[in-house]
Amino acid sequence: MFQIHCPHCGATREEEEFSYAGEAYIPRPANPEEATEAEWGDYLFMRKNTRGWFWEQWQHTAGCRKVFAVKRNTVSYEIAGTWTLAAGKELYLKESEA
Amino acid sequence: MANRYSLWSLLKNGLKHNESWQPAWRSPQAKPRYDVIIVGGGGHGLATAYYLAKNHGVKNVAVLEKGYLGGGNTARNTTIVRSNYLWDEAAQLYEHAMKLWEGLSLDLNFNVMFSQRGVMNLGHTLQDMRDIERRVNANNLNGIDGVVLSPKEIQDIVPLMDISAKTRYPVMGASYQPRGGVARHDAVAWGFARGASELGVDIIEQCEVIDMIIEDGRIKGVKTTKGDIFADRVGCVAAGNSTPLAKMAGVRLPLESHPLQAFVSESMKPCLDTVVMSNAVHGYVSQSDKGELVIGAGIDSYLGYGQRGSPHVIEHTAAAIIELFPSFSRVRMNRQWGGIVDVAPDACPIISKTKVKGLYFNCGWGTGGFKATPGSGYVFAHTIANDEAHPLNKAFALDRFNTGHLIDEHGAAGVAH
Amino acid sequence: MSAYRVHRSSQRINEKAPLTFRFDGKKYQAFAGDTLASALIANGVKLIGRSFKYGRPRGIVGHGAEEPNALIQLETGAHTVPDLKATQVEMYEGLSATTTTGFPSLNFDLKGLAGQFSRFMPPGFYYKTFMGPAKAWPFYEEIIRKAAGYGRAPVDPDPEFYDHLHHHVDVLVVGGGACGLWAATLAGRAGLKTLLVDEQSEAGGWMLSDARAVIDGKPAMKWVSERLAELKSLSNVTVLTRTTAFAHHEQNLVQAVELVQDHLPIAQRVATLPRQRLHKIRAHHVVLATGAIERPLVYGNNDRPGVLTAAAGQTYLNRYGVAVGRKVLLLTHNDASYDTALDLAEAGSRVTLIDTRQRGAAAWRLDAAKKAGVELLLGYGIAEVQGGKAASGAKLVKLDPHCLTVTGKGPTLSADAILSSGGLTSTVHLFCHNNGRPYWNEERLSFVTPDEGRQGISVAGAITGRWGLGEALAQTHASVSAMLIGFGRTSSSTCPVSEDKDIQPTRRVFRVPDGKPEGHGAKALVDFQNDVAAADIHLAVRENYRSIEHVKRYTALGFGTDQGKLSNVNGFAIAAEALGMPISQVGTTTYRPAYTPVTFGALAGSHVGDTFDPRRYTAMQSSHVARGALFETVGQWMRPWYFPKGNETMHQAVDRECLATRNSVGVMDASTLGKIDIKGPDAREFLNRIYSNAWTKLDPGKCRYGLMLDENGMVMDDGVTACIADDHFYMTTTTGGAARVLNWLERWHQTEWPELKVRFTSVTDHWSTTAVVGPKSRAVLQKLSSDIDLSADTFKFMDWREGTVAGVPARVCRISFSGELAYEINVDACYGHYIWEQVMEAGKEFGITPYGTETMHVLRAEKGFIIVGQDTDGSMSPIDLNMAWAVGMKKPFSFLGKRSLSRSDTSRSDRKQLVGLYTEDPKVVLAEGAQILSSRNTQAPADMQGHVTSSYHSAFLGRSIAMAVLKGGLKREGDTVYVWAHGKMHPAKVVSSVFVDQEGVRQHA
Repeated sequence: MFQIHCPHCGATREEEEFSYAGEAYIPRPANPEEATEAEWGDYLFMRKNTRGWFWEQWQHTAGCRKVFAVKRNTVSYEIAGTWTLAAGKELYLKESEA
Repeated sequence: MANRYSLWSLLKNGLKHNESWQPAWRSPQAKPRYDVIIVGGGGHGLATAYYLAKNHGVKNVAVLEKGYLGGGNTARNTTIVRSNYLWDEAAQLYEHAMKLWEGLSLDLNFNVMFSQRGVMNLGHTLQDMRDIERRVNANNLNGIDGVVLSPKEIQDIVPLMDISAKTRYPVMGASYQPRGGVARHDAVAWGFARGASELGVDIIEQCEVIDMIIEDGRIKGVKTTKGDIFADRVGCVAAGNSTPLAKMAGVRLPLESHPLQAFVSESMKPCLDTVVMSNAVHGYVSQSDKGELVIGAGIDSYLGYGQRGSPHVIEHTAAAIIELFPSFSRVRMNRQWGGIVDVAPDACPIISKTKVKGLYFNCGWGTGGFKATPGSGYVFAHTIANDEAHPLNKAFALDRFNTGHLIDEHGAAGVAH
Repeated sequence: MSAYRVHRSSQRINEKAPLTFRFDGKKYQAFAGDTLASALIANGVKLIGRSFKYGRPRGIVGHGAEEPNALIQLETGAHTVPDLKATQVEMYEGLSATTTTGFPSLNFDLKGLAGQFSRFMPPGFYYKTFMGPAKAWPFYEEIIRKAAGYGRAPVDPDPEFYDHLHHHVDVLVVGGGACGLWAATLAGRAGLKTLLVDEQSEAGGWMLSDARAVIDGKPAMKWVSERLAELKSLSNVTVLTRTTAFAHHEQNLVQAVELVQDHLPIAQRVATLPRQRLHKIRAHHVVLATGAIERPLVYGNNDRPGVLTAAAGQTYLNRYGVAVGRKVLLLTHNDASYDTALDLAEAGSRVTLIDTRQRGAAAWRLDAAKKAGVELLLGYGIAEVQGGKAASGAKLVKLDPHCLTVTGKGPTLSADAILSSGGLTSTVHLFCHNNGRPYWNEERLSFVTPDEGRQGISVAGAITGRWGLGEALAQTHASVSAMLIGFGRTSSSTCPVSEDKDIQPTRRVFRVPDGKPEGHGAKALVDFQNDVAAADIHLAVRENYRSIEHVKRYTALGFGTDQGKLSNVNGFAIAAEALGMPISQVGTTTYRPAYTPVTFGALAGSHVGDTFDPRRYTAMQSSHVARGALFETVGQWMRPWYFPKGNETMHQAVDRECLATRNSVGVMDASTLGKIDIKGPDAREFLNRIYSNAWTKLDPGKCRYGLMLDENGMVMDDGVTACIADDHFYMTTTTGGAARVLNWLERWHQTEWPELKVRFTSVTDHWSTTAVVGPKSRAVLQKLSSDIDLSADTFKFMDWREGTVAGVPARVCRISFSGELAYEINVDACYGHYIWEQVMEAGKEFGITPYGTETMHVLRAEKGFIIVGQDTDGSMSPIDLNMAWAVGMKKPFSFLGKRSLSRSDTSRSDRKQLVGLYTEDPKVVLAEGAQILSSRNTQAPADMQGHVTSSYHSAFLGRSIAMAVLKGGLKREGDTVYVWAHGKMHPAKVVSSVFVDQEGVRQHA
């Protein structure tokens, strides 16, 4: 059971207060109607499912209800940090470029 | 079979102080080239190799296993076997597996201890009961056994269950598949390994695939921790680790790998003869031949390759078991563990060709893989041998995630395991 | 008292407090402070059980959590507990226990007879036989099942309760031995919030057993009591005894179970206290001072009753005042066992010490032993224990200096107890639960933890392989001091001193050779509980089960309720020998929780019975109960199902409720619907994106039905949303979907469209909703509201008005889930009950009839309204539901799920679609969940075309109606289909799914 730091509440709380909200930063196609079936299927269903460091979303459901970004290792379960979605995205994009 | 098991062989070897038993399977050095490589030495992978050799005459096969045989979900599940799935496609695939289970011990000459002690799926709400009615009727019309039980009938089969109206989620009824049951999980892997090995399949343990060799969109082989091994056809059966494998080939999969936990009690005298599953209160339980209550917990919500989950999930499951069986409150948990389940969006497997020619994937079994083991191997062997899906797994191709032809056992079946 | 009870100055039992207890019905005497095991040994009871596979007679082997044999059933009836280890059961007055094995009796066991043929039942024998004929296996299996298993599951509900307690501490110390106490002392003195847990009835660990230990120049137990007194005086330190830390998880979460009342006679237990308590401890830092457990040596018939570990012999003697035997053989390969021999000799037992080492222990120990009258046999081993239901002696063999072969015969000695020491095994479990790995220390012959511990975990004492008390305390001091620096604290304390006298190296022996090929001599047990002998491990390897996990799984090594605490290292070592590999390469099996078994009840805590899951009730609950409602569970809510009068059946009640509503007026509690308040300038745009239908033109004062799709295009929820103001909407959801929908809105807003200015608030519990339904509903409401103009021309269908009802501020929505003229009165939940009663009163003259969910279902089905989750299953698109009218294909923004609707499969015209069904026989009510066939052919696999989703008798129409989904159903109106359930077939005609008032005259009245 993780302890997760909510970047909005500024509090570190037990996992049971939060809900998992899946892989972070999956862009919704800007013009879904123009997406091919394969592109749409990829957006809908295909997932990185990374073994190792992974950017994911958690929602503080029993707290502020905010969704935020968590970088977590899916093997060791170590949490590198939590960020607001906006702050996390910058870091995420920087890492993706590197 | 050179080393045939029987009562006679036990007597004969017993007289010789059991010193003449032969290895259950060979452990040869990997050859540089095979006709088919199976990546993943769990139950499904070994079954695939067995049926490739047995049904299709493809015997120049290697099974590559990064750890020990059957050490993944084969070793970590709660051993439930049933075929009472809702949708025709799933029901027929699992029923095919059920029929194979029924003859498996004799076929393999290895007692997998398949025990048809019945599987009960409880209903606790009116909607649960509608779903149960729908599923049982569909099962019957698909030739799958199943009945709907009243609480009284449940009580006759499971005397320790609390069917009173005072519980939080009173038991309103159940579906019951008498042919369902449990099997000895390790024995399934070992039995298939022995059978496949006997037919010429090479089983290579401690051999991890670290990359795929692909030329012109066609698979040529795999790079492993024991060197390169070549084959024109590669079948991947790696459950929770499927996505990382697919990534090596540039293939995207619609999977998420989650921890799934289970635990056993201490061993007790027989007190539960059948498998009891409840989706609404979220727990399932059977009693092993050794006397332990074998209990499956809910799936952890997050991605996890760590083969362990969060303790509150176990705590909730213990509460669910007590809700169903109040007297088990004083029984003790002996050991808990976790596996990695690869869950597809529609809770149905993917048994499919990929965009890489000669590369096949069999994955996405989620929480339901063990029960399908022989059927999964059977159709996957067919798919690899013929480069074409068997009629039973046509619907389980990857392209359903583009067309929208999902087989949604999730929403519909009312049972997730 | 028997001849085994002796007086020791170190003993922790109270000779002035005698107790009586029963074992297998026979009455015995014990003392306060005894365990069941010590009391049984004191009374000369040796045979405690029969082994799992071969029915071999078994007695007590250990003295604590490691005990593999003495599994007993404690008490009877509702208080019974199966499979407790006698070594861990504290004695209390009137305790009653029974053996768990032996058929027909412990003394004469059938399995024991079969066990004579154990050579034909090697590991895995059941994989090799019982295969055919297929029908025979269930027969064999029932025999196997009956033969297996120890205690009996309780039958009655648990009369006691359990709870959970959370701790947040700086330092958690696991283990209250000398090292754990010192660690807690250092942390406590440094001002850190410290918790120490220890599994036993009192702290002290091995010091309770070792009468010779000295710390800081005083007897170790004196030092222990000083430490305990100091810890008690520190307000920042808590010590919990009878508390076993059984699991270590992420971020230093440790679960520990405290046996709060198990040590008390049942009659003395306090009803307001839990039986056991689960502590969930979050610690910044964990100190593992879990010690070590002595393992036995592996030799022929080493499992006979009366054969124990040397540590057990020493513990029973010094702690409980019980000599395990009067003529004792002690087999060892190390110096530490000499203390055991000395203690026993001192207590008057005749002791023969058999040391596998040619030169034995350090000279000073040899001298002391001789002086105490201990007979020494150096360079010998035991080939075979003699005796059946109790050990009576042993056949010795002479060993070579390396203890690898037998060089000659030895004497045969008689004895009433045989002890052995195979060295210590560090208790590394908690270190390894969460990814930690131990390493093999060849010098100490144990898997141990690295001195540096792991992040957040320090290790102290014997867990690191330091067997000497002095070196263990020194290592603890260093390790905990380093931890304090991490906390920014320093320590001026000096390390306690204990002298580790010189010792001779331990000889590496696991399996004592008996001069015969493995498997030819007497069975040499490795895992007692699972009947795994040394030969079995060799056999597993021979059969290519070479991974240690395979060895474990094939032989069942370490699978028992002791989880291999005595057996694993011996097993790994024997496997290593068979494999020709070093032990370090063989490795260990995985350590998993629980360290020792934990009661399900403790895991569940208070989440059982009525508090398993909350029941949610509306404000009108007492009204419903008073009117005799029966309830249906919907999500967490309890909703009135129907209101039977007198002896009415459900169908009679529902018919009455339906007719009253259609003909006059009914009333229903709709408070459980989810309600979400949506505010902000972009609220309307947000609704356009989240719902499939259009919201641009909905004016304040108006309501609209909305359909919510998931991104896969399938219906996930529905409900009516009212426009309160241009930037303010009041959304309702399904009862079960409320939380899911709120999260859904939040996630889309925050992740995808954060630029939209909109906010969501759950107001489900804030509003109570009373639906007044039927042609007389307007008349009822008119009596209650003077400030709302209810006339049909001004307050139209799908309008809402603000005003007062019975003097209470209300939002009244003219919406209908029945097709009747209807109003939903929304008031502050505080007034919910009041309004309900006011409506009942006002409706009296019209025969107002309360109705529940069943009537609601009939009324809505008559009108063809769907229920999400009943008529849909996650695979129905709005097109499938014939609700294209609720899909705004022209909306500029591609709303959620829109793209999916045009995929090749989703846009097929032969998908399952919602239809109505009329049975040929109007009296037949189809079963919900019945399958639909296009012909009478039921040959499997039958061609299933769909299924019945909703089906009722309609009293209003005087016939049955059904809703169903049917392949291509929208084009099949008029077709005859065959509806099948449980072997019965009913022909039915496909009709429109709107059965009543297709023109909508009634709801617009």
